[in-house]
Amino acid sequence: MGAYIIRRLAWLPLILLIVSFTTFTLARFGPGDPISVAAGQIRDPEVLAQIRADRGLDGSVAEQYVRWLGGAVRGDFGESYIQQGFSVSGLIFPRMWVSAQLGFLALVIVFALGIPLGLISARFSGTWLDPGIIGSLLFLQAIPVLVLIPPLVWLFAVQFDLLPVGGWDGIWEIWWIGGVIAVPIPDPHLYIPLVAFTLPGFVGVARLVRITALEVNTLDYVRTARSKGLSEAMVQWKHVFPNSLLPLITVLGFALAGIIEGAFFVETLLGINGIGSFTFQAVTSRDYDVILATTVIFSTTFVVTNLFAEILYGFVDPRVRVGASRR
Amino acid sequence: MTATTVEAADVQEHIPGESEWQIVWRRLRRKKLAMISLVLVVLIYGGGLLAPLIAPYSYQEINLERGLEGPSGDHWLGTDRLGRDILSRTLYSARTTVIVTTAVVLSGSMLIGNSIGLLAGYRGGWVDTALMRLGDIFSSLPGLVMLILINATLGQRVESWVRWVEDHTFLTGLVASGFSSYLLVFGALSLFFWVGSARLIRAQVLQLRENDFILAAESTGATPFRVIRSHLLPNVSFLIILGISATLGGIAGSEIVLTWFGVGVQPPAASFGQMLSDGSATRTFQAHPHLLLVPGAVVTMLLFAFNLLGDALNDAIRGR
Repeated sequence: MGAYIIRRLAWLPLILLIVSFTTFTLARFGPGDPISVAAGQIRDPEVLAQIRADRGLDGSVAEQYVRWLGGAVRGDFGESYIQQGFSVSGLIFPRMWVSAQLGFLALVIVFALGIPLGLISARFSGTWLDPGIIGSLLFLQAIPVLVLIPPLVWLFAVQFDLLPVGGWDGIWEIWWIGGVIAVPIPDPHLYIPLVAFTLPGFVGVARLVRITALEVNTLDYVRTARSKGLSEAMVQWKHVFPNSLLPLITVLGFALAGIIEGAFFVETLLGINGIGSFTFQAVTSRDYDVILATTVIFSTTFVVTNLFAEILYGFVDPRVRVGASRR
Repeated sequence: MTATTVEAADVQEHIPGESEWQIVWRRLRRKKLAMISLVLVVLIYGGGLLAPLIAPYSYQEINLERGLEGPSGDHWLGTDRLGRDILSRTLYSARTTVIVTTAVVLSGSMLIGNSIGLLAGYRGGWVDTALMRLGDIFSSLPGLVMLILINATLGQRVESWVRWVEDHTFLTGLVASGFSSYLLVFGALSLFFWVGSARLIRAQVLQLRENDFILAAESTGATPFRVIRSHLLPNVSFLIILGISATLGGIAGSEIVLTWFGVGVQPPAASFGQMLSDGSATRTFQAHPHLLLVPGAVVTMLLFAFNLLGDALNDAIRGR
């Protein structure tokens, strides 16, 4: 087991180096001269040289990369080209916190509802309910978030005036009962973004659970559990559910990728000041060092989560460890 | 239990002399949803292909006096902010989807993916390890984020390359037609859509190459190229189809998203991404829902049909 973890972990720095070097080269040298973006109207050679030196844009590609990487590992991603005077990290870290809370909630909901939906479909396989559930979830997945959000906002925020149009106001809202008792309830700003985040994600989880549960449902010990008179709910809870969890570890990475990608649209369309909408603005205004920083952060999160999932899977299922050592 | 009965029915139905393709097609034809999906895909792709012939207006014909109109006899699906006909824009957007998916399938899945899969599986050893590690690296990246980065940073550069080609060859009008933005979208998407096909085919080739007929071919002096082309390729043709069907939705969706970000296909070329972006503000949606709903419905149907068709094809090929 130790050897397995070490082998997987050895892969991590290599991949992060490749990712950061590629994104660095693309962001710094892809668009041509980043100095002209930073300098704006200024065309004086001396000033340009000064800016070049200040921003660490002199020297060879390798030198620049090492300098940038040295800062990046300590959380220093330089200064924004467009919002001058602001550090990239100062701009993105508070926004990342907003996105992380939202993303985490969405991830929890995707699994919390996706698993039971998968179990139900497997239990009722052979009836209309099974294809009904999976079919509807597939359809929900096919609706692009871009198409989903405007009608949701129009319906719930404009037409019925139940929810705010957009924005972000923390996870909890405190209701005071009689001015004395504080009751925390989920903030109403959360509902539309969470619906948009989670609807496309359910099908992946539900289908995987369904496939495993279908297999487990036919196994002898499940039949024994049923024949000794255990209630169907207990059979599902004690035997089918735990066995369906294992493959779910592998979709964790995909689910996270879906949420990162969803953040671009959900946050932009709903005016949530998170990392997704900020990256969108950076792409539109060509703020390359912000794009560079967010790409590296997104990729690192993604790579680390997948690695974590793999190691976890190796813990739970010894067959994976053996398989991985066969080269 | 249902599976066994279906198989038994299959055996009975088996018609002597029927090719494998005919068997798969027969299985597929039995699935109603798959057939409906196929019809949808054919309709949308047909609309895109025939857009220049059947579109009532040009996709870039601006008529400011008739902007933001609802559906009418003149404009069946209404007009957008600039008075362009929505039906025509939708057909031409479908055309963009057709062009992008076809080009990326040909270059990414077919050319790169299949070659790498066949080569890695057949040669084995360090070639296999190197190619598959390369695939691991690509699949461990968040695709969309990287695509946005590539398209955002390389846009101007690719345009200047295309300009250079225009200046130095007989080709003209490439930049004006938006060719460079298409080129970048093809290139970037191909980079990320080969891994799935390559893995699928490699795994199959690893098994195939242990067969006696490969040994026989090799011992009669067949070159590696000949073995791959004449003996391995025909045996993985179904997997190639599967690989393609699994990526079509992703490719179409990626182009739409990139264009929505402003780094995909550039105006005046029509794309669903640009149409969705035009119609997505809440006030716009409240006043002119057709701006969002028309392209939104087409995109949703297309992606849904791709998903269902891919699943059904998978079942049909794997004998269900």
